Amino acid sequence: MRHLKILEYALSSLFRRKYRNLSIVAVYALTIGILASILFLTHSLKTEATYLLHDAPELIVQKISAGRHDLIPSEYTEKISTIPGVGSAEPRYWGYYYDSLTHSNYTLIGIDDTIPGLSLLEGKMPSVSGECAVGAGVGHARIAGTGDTITLFNSKDTPVVFHIAGVFRSESNILTNDLIVMGEKDFLHFFELPAGRSTDITVSVNNPNEIATIAGKIKKLYPDTRPITKSEIIRTYDAVFNWRSGMMLTIFSSALIAFCILAWDKATGISAEEKHEIGILKAIGWDTADILELKFWEGIVISLTSLLVGLIAAFIHVFFLNAPILTPVIKGWSVLFPDFRLTPYIDIYQIFVLAFLTVTPYVASTIIPSWKTAITDPENVMRN
Amino acid sequence: MVKHKIFLSFSLLEIIVLSILFLYGHATVTARSKNEMPSKKELVRYLKLTDLSLWTEARYTRHPSQADIFTPFQDFPSSPEHFPAGSIIAPENIISSTKKQAGRFQGQAL
Repeated sequence: MRHLKILEYALSSLFRRKYRNLSIVAVYALTIGILASILFLTHSLKTEATYLLHDAPELIVQKISAGRHDLIPSEYTEKISTIPGVGSAEPRYWGYYYDSLTHSNYTLIGIDDTIPGLSLLEGKMPSVSGECAVGAGVGHARIAGTGDTITLFNSKDTPVVFHIAGVFRSESNILTNDLIVMGEKDFLHFFELPAGRSTDITVSVNNPNEIATIAGKIKKLYPDTRPITKSEIIRTYDAVFNWRSGMMLTIFSSALIAFCILAWDKATGISAEEKHEIGILKAIGWDTADILELKFWEGIVISLTSLLVGLIAAFIHVFFLNAPILTPVIKGWSVLFPDFRLTPYIDIYQIFVLAFLTVTPYVASTIIPSWKTAITDPENVMRN
Repeated sequence: MVKHKIFLSFSLLEIIVLSILFLYGHATVTARSKNEMPSKKELVRYLKLTDLSLWTEARYTRHPSQADIFTPFQDFPSSPEHFPAGSIIAPENIISSTKKQAGRFQGQAL
């Protein structure tokens, strides 16, 4: 009951300076909201990438020529497939295409005919020459759908017409937004690639524990290659979305600096009015412990309200509204940016860290200056 | 003695709303893992995809996992970053890997 009475007094005290305290709650909640939005967004994308890329090829082998990625000869594929422990080695055909009409870049993939109908494809995969399947972003940019045609200019600047046999559903945008998938022969013909060469090689390894060993063997067999393991691919996305990444660091540090200014302002001293109030409370018989409890409640009321409002706002911003404030930062200069739905993966550990890093300093910065005043003689405090 | 009741009720309401949002999030993750995720994984498997289609402006932002290991700033030493997405990607820990390599070469020389 005593605690509730002190809480009641703390609320009355805060209510007396309601405009000042409301503005603190607004800035505090905004800071937490921005930080939580970044954490939710990056954690969601990172987790999605980790889950999806778990099914990526175990090994990709690129040929490096003069320090650059080069086309890889087919004899490399044959030789690699004979290494013990290798399940299969297959050439992979892919490249980029700049569409001057829409000023966007597409990724072109050449596939063999063995791919069955995919559940996230509306229509069918290209089965005959002159057919293609496109991502929703490409379809949107070229205002084309299943049954329409798409004209691309090959390396001789000759228009080549492809019939769109299927469009990838928007649920798969995060993977397929800029893709144009066509037959292997169409791909080779379109880019006029020399016979017996592919963009790179995918290698499946029978025992996942042997991936690094096989990569080492390939590197020894062909020193001009660069084997990329699946774990390296997944690690790349871990690095893209971890706290060291530029976006995180920039926004995180500016939000943290704003918060530090707020906490510093509180910690460097309390107003004469507040000192006077503490002096009167001490004079009428309040203990130092009571005053500290009062200030503790004041800090908790403001920081808990801000934390909860900030977290709710961040969740709605990221997972219901698809992060409209942060998306332009991530989007950069991409003309084709996927209109994806973020999956609400939540890391409770991150929430606790955020709560600890924001609530504790604020409560501490409320209590410490009050404690300094509370241990001073009440008469001196009131006179000053 | 009314204010603390209002505050406690408001805080409780916020906690309930947040819990409902987190539970909704958990339910969505479970539903998508069951329905959407296998189809997306099927795409990755059959099309042999290695990267997310997020940044399409340059080779090293469209396929960061396939790009040269010294990306970003890949065009020439100390070149300015061309694309905002390049600054999102953290650089590799080049110093420790260089030290490791140097150690390996020293070992060979000895």
